[in-house]
Amino acid sequence: MKYEISPPKGLIQINLSELWRYRDLLFIFVWRDVKVRYKQTVLGIIWAIFQPLLVMVIFTVFFGQLAKIPSDGVPYPIFVYSGLLLWNYFSSALTNASDCLIVNESIIKKVYFPRLILPISTAITPIIDFFFALIVLLGLMWYYGFAPSLSSILILVLLLLISLLTALGLGLFLASVNAKYRDVRYILPFFIQVLMYITPVIYPVSIIPARFQWIMYLNPMAGVITAARATLLHTAALDGRSPIIALGISLLIFILGVGYFRKTERFFADVL
Amino acid sequence: MLPIIKIEKLSKEYKIGQRETYYSLRDSVSDLLTFKHRKPHNTFWALKDVSFEVKAGEAIGIIGRNGAGKSTLLKILSQITPPTKGRVVMNGRVASLLEVGTGFHPELTGRENIYLNGAILGMSRKEIKKKFDEIVEFAEIEKFLDTPVKRYSSGMYVRLAFAVAAHLEPEILVIDEVLAVGDVQFQRKCLDKMNEIARKDERTVLFVSHNMGAIQTLCGRCVLLEHGKIVASGETPGVVEKYLKNFNNTQLSDRRDRIGKGNIKLTSVTFENAKGEEVASFVSGEDAIIRIYYEATNPKQDLSQVAIGIGLDDSIGQRIAGLSNIGDNSFPEIIKGKGSFVCKVKDLPLNSGRFYLSLILRHDGDIMDWIQQAAYFDVENLNNVNHGASLSRSDGAFLINYSWEANR
Repeated sequence: MKYEISPPKGLIQINLSELWRYRDLLFIFVWRDVKVRYKQTVLGIIWAIFQPLLVMVIFTVFFGQLAKIPSDGVPYPIFVYSGLLLWNYFSSALTNASDCLIVNESIIKKVYFPRLILPISTAITPIIDFFFALIVLLGLMWYYGFAPSLSSILILVLLLLISLLTALGLGLFLASVNAKYRDVRYILPFFIQVLMYITPVIYPVSIIPARFQWIMYLNPMAGVITAARATLLHTAALDGRSPIIALGISLLIFILGVGYFRKTERFFADVL
Repeated sequence: MLPIIKIEKLSKEYKIGQRETYYSLRDSVSDLLTFKHRKPHNTFWALKDVSFEVKAGEAIGIIGRNGAGKSTLLKILSQITPPTKGRVVMNGRVASLLEVGTGFHPELTGRENIYLNGAILGMSRKEIKKKFDEIVEFAEIEKFLDTPVKRYSSGMYVRLAFAVAAHLEPEILVIDEVLAVGDVQFQRKCLDKMNEIARKDERTVLFVSHNMGAIQTLCGRCVLLEHGKIVASGETPGVVEKYLKNFNNTQLSDRRDRIGKGNIKLTSVTFENAKGEEVASFVSGEDAIIRIYYEATNPKQDLSQVAIGIGLDDSIGQRIAGLSNIGDNSFPEIIKGKGSFVCKVKDLPLNSGRFYLSLILRHDGDIMDWIQQAAYFDVENLNNVNHGASLSRSDGAFLINYSWEANR
């Protein structure tokens, strides 16, 4: 194996074969984060189930019952829960990816490995929580009399992938910025909160005047959540365009994020 | 044979302050708005035009004082940081042991950490599985395999960490100061293991250390760095000798953290070996000379009551000895404005390590000049005084002239 170490110049290509060689490390990082997470908390898995349920109850009382926010004709609890399912995954993945360089600072300063492994693995980790929360959703669907079809589950997996791409793309960008400016750590929770209110998690897109709805769909998570509700809860006929637009935009975000990350990554050890 | 590592004019520039506390976004924004550069972009070359080659199977030592650029070089070779200029051509996979236990997670068990650490160091899961038993056996932690490493003693921790790293199978192994930790026995085991790695398996080893004993045992060839440049390279004994003779004149004139009336001031400190050559390091068991220069503001200063003292501290600041001239009447009564005090130590009874000097100068009951941690020197236990204790500082700072016998 022959290679050269020289000063970085121009755009750096993604070294896919190298990423592939380090695939074990990717899994190990995911496994480590899951293991540590469930080792340190007393409630473990219950926590992953309890948290979205509690949020669902609070949102149902305040937004569903008191504020009477419409829910496209399905019961508000399952309406908001289906939104929270994907949103929670997205916000955890984004937070993890943005913090991954700082959290793993000591490793980055000591050992070489493709740095992309870190944000990718930390964005994958919350899929475990997503899975547990999904089981609760299936329970709720059964309770409210919705039957999940195989195709709707497959579409949900696709939507999860779009969420992953979006979170990872944004996360890669923020992680690079975070390495140099720690402000990101403080801004991010606020940013995510704002993002949640401009994403149709607690309300449906249908309450927005039709001619402005396209603006909503510039946010990939809006398309993801709307499509998830359409396929699982039949809130509307599934419009094939919204997931495709979401996929396109998420790919764009992802490519920009990877580009920026690759451009800055060689200096992480110097700036961290 | 083709060199396995070929380093050509390698240079690394750091901005001064770049590695200090982080720069907040606010600072950047306010710099932008006020059109000013908050930090003048002072730069320094941590490494400058370094070129050398390493042949496959060779164990090469990289020595130099703190800040000479050793760590920067290793960081570039292990791709942690990129060079500013120059290039390196590598003909093999590198694994670096810049700090043992990198990535160990305290909550995970020994078993889990072997997999984690192995993967971080670049092993595949299959490789780790194959080597698992060997690693556990080498680390001597069988009983604690399923205990979280946060409950390990520091010795066990280091053993496990070294064991994982030592079972890597890269063509090139980069090691930085691992031997500074662990107990003597295990250090020796590590050294043997490294020897085995370097000799038998035809693996190339780059070894950075302050421990000249270990360097001499392990490396056939050495590179001496100083201020980012190579000042010597070649067979180990010659380079080590050069390192030891490395001039270390500590200027004291600019020190502000001093106490005293200042009628007489200490200006610098130098170290000499028995032959009167200036050195930065002493050798255990050989004569050592400490020369302290002074300057008096009044050229006809009366020195009849002068008392000079050296407080000797070890590397963690523990006072280990005091050398003073109180009661010694051999000093002249009046001297000219400048001169030096010379302290001769016979058969220096110190073990390997770094030692710091605090200096105090009194006259007639008044403190004239007092400087804490004024200078330091290194000691190398090259001759293995005390039966090869040179591997370790854990035997203590002193070498005592002793012998054993058995009577019946």
